[in-house]
Amino acid sequence: MHDDALLRMEKITKVYPNGIVANNEVDFSIRKGEIHALVGENGAGKSTLMRILFGLEESQKGRILLNGEEIRNDSPHMAIANGIGMVHQHFMLVPSLTVAENMILGVEPKKGLRIDLQKAINETRKLAEKYNLSVDPLAKVQFLSVGIKQKVEILKALYRGAEILILDEPTAVLTPQETKELFLELKLLKDQGNTIIFISHKLHEVKELCDRITIMRNGQTKGTFNISDVTPTDISRLMVGRDVILEVVKDTAVPKEIVLSVKKLVMANNLGQTAVKGISFQVRKGEILGIAGVEGNGQRELVEGITGLSRIAHGEVVIRGEVVNRKSIKEIRNLGTCHIPEDRMTYGVASEMTIEQNILADKFDAKEFTGMILTKPKAIRKLSQKLVEEYQIKCSSPLQEVGMLSGGNIQKVVVAREFSSEPLLIIADQPTRGIDVGSTEFIRNRLIELRDKDSAIMLVSADLNEVLELSDSLIVMYEGEITAYFADASKINEEELGLYMLGIKHQTPEEIGGIVYEK
Amino acid sequence: MKNKKLAFESLRTVLAIAISLIIALITILLVSDMPGAALKAFLFGPLDSMRHFGNVLEMMIPLIFTGLAVGVMFQADQFNLGAEGAFFMGAVVSAFVAIQWPMPSFIHPVVTIFMGGLTGAVFCGIPALLKVKWGASELVSSLMFNYIAFFFGLYLINYFLRDINAGAMVSFLLPATAKLPFIIPKTRVHFGLIIAFFAVAVMYFFNYRTRWGYKNQLTGFNSLFAEYAGIKTAAVVISAQLIGGFIAGAGGSIELLGLYRRFSWQNLPGYGWSGVIVAILARRNPAYIPLAAFFLAYLRIGADLMSRQSDVQNEIVAIIQGVMIVLIAAAGFLEKAQYKMVFRDATKDLAKPGKKTQEVEG
Repeated sequence: MHDDALLRMEKITKVYPNGIVANNEVDFSIRKGEIHALVGENGAGKSTLMRILFGLEESQKGRILLNGEEIRNDSPHMAIANGIGMVHQHFMLVPSLTVAENMILGVEPKKGLRIDLQKAINETRKLAEKYNLSVDPLAKVQFLSVGIKQKVEILKALYRGAEILILDEPTAVLTPQETKELFLELKLLKDQGNTIIFISHKLHEVKELCDRITIMRNGQTKGTFNISDVTPTDISRLMVGRDVILEVVKDTAVPKEIVLSVKKLVMANNLGQTAVKGISFQVRKGEILGIAGVEGNGQRELVEGITGLSRIAHGEVVIRGEVVNRKSIKEIRNLGTCHIPEDRMTYGVASEMTIEQNILADKFDAKEFTGMILTKPKAIRKLSQKLVEEYQIKCSSPLQEVGMLSGGNIQKVVVAREFSSEPLLIIADQPTRGIDVGSTEFIRNRLIELRDKDSAIMLVSADLNEVLELSDSLIVMYEGEITAYFADASKINEEELGLYMLGIKHQTPEEIGGIVYEK
Repeated sequence: MKNKKLAFESLRTVLAIAISLIIALITILLVSDMPGAALKAFLFGPLDSMRHFGNVLEMMIPLIFTGLAVGVMFQADQFNLGAEGAFFMGAVVSAFVAIQWPMPSFIHPVVTIFMGGLTGAVFCGIPALLKVKWGASELVSSLMFNYIAFFFGLYLINYFLRDINAGAMVSFLLPATAKLPFIIPKTRVHFGLIIAFFAVAVMYFFNYRTRWGYKNQLTGFNSLFAEYAGIKTAAVVISAQLIGGFIAGAGGSIELLGLYRRFSWQNLPGYGWSGVIVAILARRNPAYIPLAAFFLAYLRIGADLMSRQSDVQNEIVAIIQGVMIVLIAAAGFLEKAQYKMVFRDATKDLAKPGKKTQEVEG
C-alpha cells in the first residue's frame, strides 16, 4: 500500500439491515492534495463508503487511518473535527436562511449570548474570496440556483475546517456551464492544498478533472490508477465487468399520427405557483420526444398533468383524440398510457409487497388476472415469472419483497409492469436515474424497441447524455416554458443546449411552434 | 430471506409474549400472599373444567370479530378505534330489531345480525368520509364518535326499549326466536363461534385472493403508488371502513344474541380496544386472528379465575397486555439481533466461492 497516503480506509465491510452487502473488505486510500475519483455503478458501494468515512454509517469491520493514526468517525461531528467534509447530492441547507446563516449553523460565532452575524458575514466573504467561490452572504438560500447552492455547501464544509472534501455526484444537477465553473473551483481548492474525493458516473468528467481514480464494483474496489494510465474504456470495463456500449444504437424514427397533444397547458405546483406556463407540443407514434431542462422547471407538473396525477389549471391534454382533463388516472391508463414515475420509491412501488404484487398494480381488474370475485393466481404467477425473466430482474423469486432489491432492479420491476400493458403512449420521467449501467442500457434499449413498435414516447430526463442519445426530437423547458425545439436531436450541440436550459438563449415563437404538427 | 423474516417476526412476537408473562408472574409473586394458588388459577384455571374452557371460547367470539374488523381497517392504513362504537351500536340496533320486529326463528337472527352489521358499517364509514372529504384524522374522529355511539345507544335503549319492570336500565327480554343456540353442552359457547370462523375464512380470501383485498393492501402499503396505478384510494379507504364496521357491528349483534337475555351494557364493552390488540398480535393476517383471540381470551379468563380464587386482582392482565403491545409495536425491539443475523447471512454468502464477488474482468 502507499506509504504516502493521507487517509486510508482498510478492510471496510458494511451490511445494511436489509441484508445488502454494500462494502466487502474495501481498501481505499488518498494522497494529500489530489483530486481522487471514486467511480462505480449505482449500488457498487461508493456512497456507502463515503458515508462511513463521514460518520453517517457505521461499518461492521475495518478501520480508518488519518496520517497513519487510527480515527473513529462515529458521527459527522467527529468527521468534521478530523477535517473531513462532505457535499451531499441533496443539499443540506435551510432554504429560509441566508447564506451566512447557513454557513454558521451549529458552529455559530458568539458575541455574549447573541450570534455574531456580522462576523459570519465577514468570514463567509473572506472564504468565498480565497477560493473564488462567488456567493452573496446575505442572499436567501431559497432564491439561489442549484449551482450556487452547491458552492454554499462547499463553503460550509471549508468553514468547518475541512481539508478533505467529499463530493457526491456534484455534477448530476448542474448544466455544462456550471460544471465547468465547478471544475475550475475544485482545481483552485486543490492548488491550495485541499484534497478532494469526487464521486461520479461520468467518465469524461473524471478524465478531465481527477489525478487518480478508484473503481468500485459490487461492494469491492477493483483497483486504483493514475488517471493518465487508463482509458474510459478500461474504466467502464472495470466498472461493469464487461464492455458496455455507452452509445445507443437506433434507426431514424418514422413518426406517424399524433398520439399526445398538449395545448396551451397551464399547471400549478404544490405551492400554488404557476409551474407550466401555457405550453403546447405534440408527440407522434414511433418517435421519442425528449424534454431537456434543469430539474424544477415545470417538468414534474407537466408529467402530472398528462398522467392525471394533478389537476390541470388551464388548457388541454388530448390523448388519441380524447380530451383527458377530467378523466381519472385509470381512464387515462386505459387509453394506452403508461408512466415511469420520477420517484420510484414514492410512486413506482410498494416496497413491502412482493414483485408479483407490484407487477399486478395496474392490471388488477383485467379479465386475464381476476374473475368475478377471486383473482387468478396461476395467470398472475405466469406473468410475473415471464416478466422477471424477460427483464432480467435479479431476485430469488417473484415472491421476493421489492424493497430487498437493488435500485436498478426495482426500476426494472416498474418498467416491466408499465411496458407489459402494451402502451401506445409512454411517459418516461427520469427512467434511468440513479441506477447501474447494465439496467440503464437495458431500459434504454427497451424504449427504442417500443418506439420501433410504434409507441409514442415522451422522455423527461435531467441526464443530458440520455436525452441526446434517445430522443428523435427535443424540446427544452425553462421556467415552465419551452425555450427551444429541435426537430432532429442528433444535430444538437451540448454547449448550445446548455444555453437554452439556463434561459440564456431563447428561440423565436415561430421556431418553437414547429413542435405543433397539426392544429 | 422472506421465510427467515417471517420466522423472525414470529419469534419476536413469542418473545414479547414471554417477557410480558414473566413480568406478570413476578408481579404476582411480589403482591400475593398465596402466589402458588394465584399462579395455578391464572395459568391453568381455564383448563380445569369444561365450563371454564367454555368461557375462553365464548370470549374468543367477540375478539375474533373486532380483531378482523380492526385488521381490515389497519390493512388500508386506517389506524382507528371505530370498531368499539360499531360493536356497541351493532348490539343496540340488534336489540331493537330483535324486540320490535317479530320474525320466525332462523330468519330472525339472520336479519338481526345483518342489521347490526349495517349499523356498524355506517358508523365506521363516517370517520372514513370525514377523512376522505376533509382530511380529518380517522384516529381522533373515530375515538370521539365512540362516545356519541355510547350515549346515543343508551338513549335508544332508555327511551324505546327499556323494561320498566326490570329495575335496572335494561331492555325488554330478547325473544327466543332471535337467540343463537348453544353448541357445546355444559358451556355457553354459542353458534357465533362458527360464524366467527366463517368470517375468518371469508376475510382471508378477501385479503389474499380478491382484487378488492389486493387494492386494500396496496393502498395501505403505499397510497400514492396505488393512486398512480389507477386505484381510487378514497373509495378503498371508505370500503375498508365499511367492511370493518360491518364485521364489528355483526360481532356486537352476535355477542348480544348469543349470551344475553336483555341488552344490559352500561359501559362500552371494550372489545373494540381488544380488537386492536388482537389485530396487532395477528400481524394483519386474518388467519392468525383466532389464535390471537384465543390467547387473549385465555389470559383474561385465567386472570378472572385468579381474582376469584386468590388475593390477586385481574387487572394484572392489563399489565401483560401493555408490555406485550409495547414490545411488539416497538420496531427497535431485537433489532440488533436481527441485524446480526442479517450480517452473518450476508457475509456467509460472500464466503462461498464464485458468488456475488465473482471476478469477470479479463
